[in-house]
Amino acid sequence: MMILWQLFWEFCKVGVFCVGGGYASMPLIQDSVVDTFHWLSMSEFIDVFTISQMTPGPIGINAATFVGTKVAGLAGAICATAGFVTPSFILGIILAKLFFKYGDIGPVRGILNGLRPAVVALICVASFSFIWLSVWNIETMPRTWAELSNISWGGLIILVGAVAASRMNVGVIKVLIGSGVGGLIFGYLGILY
Amino acid sequence: MSSQESKISKEEQEERRKELEAEMERQLKAQSAKRDWLFYWTLFKSTFLISAFTVGGGFVIIPLLKGKFVDEYHWLTEKDTINLVAIAQSMPGVVAVNSAVILGYRMAGILGTLVALVATVLPPLIIITIVAYCYEFFVRSEVVKTILKGMQCGATALIVNVGIDLVLKQAKKKLILPILIIIATFIANAVWDFNIMALVLIDGFIGLFLLRDKKYS
Repeated sequence: MMILWQLFWEFCKVGVFCVGGGYASMPLIQDSVVDTFHWLSMSEFIDVFTISQMTPGPIGINAATFVGTKVAGLAGAICATAGFVTPSFILGIILAKLFFKYGDIGPVRGILNGLRPAVVALICVASFSFIWLSVWNIETMPRTWAELSNISWGGLIILVGAVAASRMNVGVIKVLIGSGVGGLIFGYLGILY
Repeated sequence: MSSQESKISKEEQEERRKELEAEMERQLKAQSAKRDWLFYWTLFKSTFLISAFTVGGGFVIIPLLKGKFVDEYHWLTEKDTINLVAIAQSMPGVVAVNSAVILGYRMAGILGTLVALVATVLPPLIIITIVAYCYEFFVRSEVVKTILKGMQCGATALIVNVGIDLVLKQAKKKLILPILIIIATFIANAVWDFNIMALVLIDGFIGLFLLRDKKYS
């Protein structure tokens, strides 16, 4: 019982202090789970990271669930995840309330008008890093000819997916399932990487 | 000079008014959706599926949420969604969870928040619990790897779509400052690796002082 409460509380703290998305939570989780409580060894923790990146779903949630399962089974997974999202839940409701109430007064409108272009820019940045990763299997822009020519058939999946979603009104889930099937076929033919 | 200026501004005003009317209409449509058990079931189902099929973290979930709730169901307007995602982005925690909480609240209050939150958390909880028990198989399996790689390409297509769409919409408005912010933020983050949180804060401040005018919203 004690350990469940500890899991909840530790991940609650991670949830409060992880500013800037899922990757930012990894050092915090490492600090508490590996260094302080010794629930996992470092190599197990690296496994957590690998799996979290490979599986669908937000990385932070994946990590919380995996650590919870390793430490205390299903109940541990539920407690760690619940702890992790509790701060988001409380803070999110407060901020959404404030947004309704004050969203249309001058200063707040100004801030939001500044934040919207920022989100657009960040989505563009994310788009490019996704393109490098899916088409060239590298994390930064291809710079040499050798890197550039190592192009993967994943690009075709992207093209078809983009056309289907924007021109043919295919739903987002269907696009993702379809591209999963595409990956399976290209992988079977050995031309995905 | 002044007569020319007033003529232009009149045309602009007319355009602006039309835009506002269209926005109001969408707003009304978004609010009038029925909040019955079918609504909550659809909300749960869509959020659950989105979370289950999102490979690759934070920003991927934005085009998915937009595709479902703005384009398909019209429960939210696009502007509201981007505003709320901006808030979700600048608070602590995971972007996907924050977005689900805030958008859920926007659509249906506390109950909507709870439904969206549980639906977001449940798929990773189920998948990871299973994976944790058969880890060896999972990391070695080529089949799993290729499917996930394919889905990553699909996610790329969706996020690129939304990126292009948003940039074009902003460019059409022909307002200099927001476009400058987009370009500067993009370069600062993509080229110089500037911290995202810091950028969001700076842009918020720029907005606070320079973008209060109604024409920017």
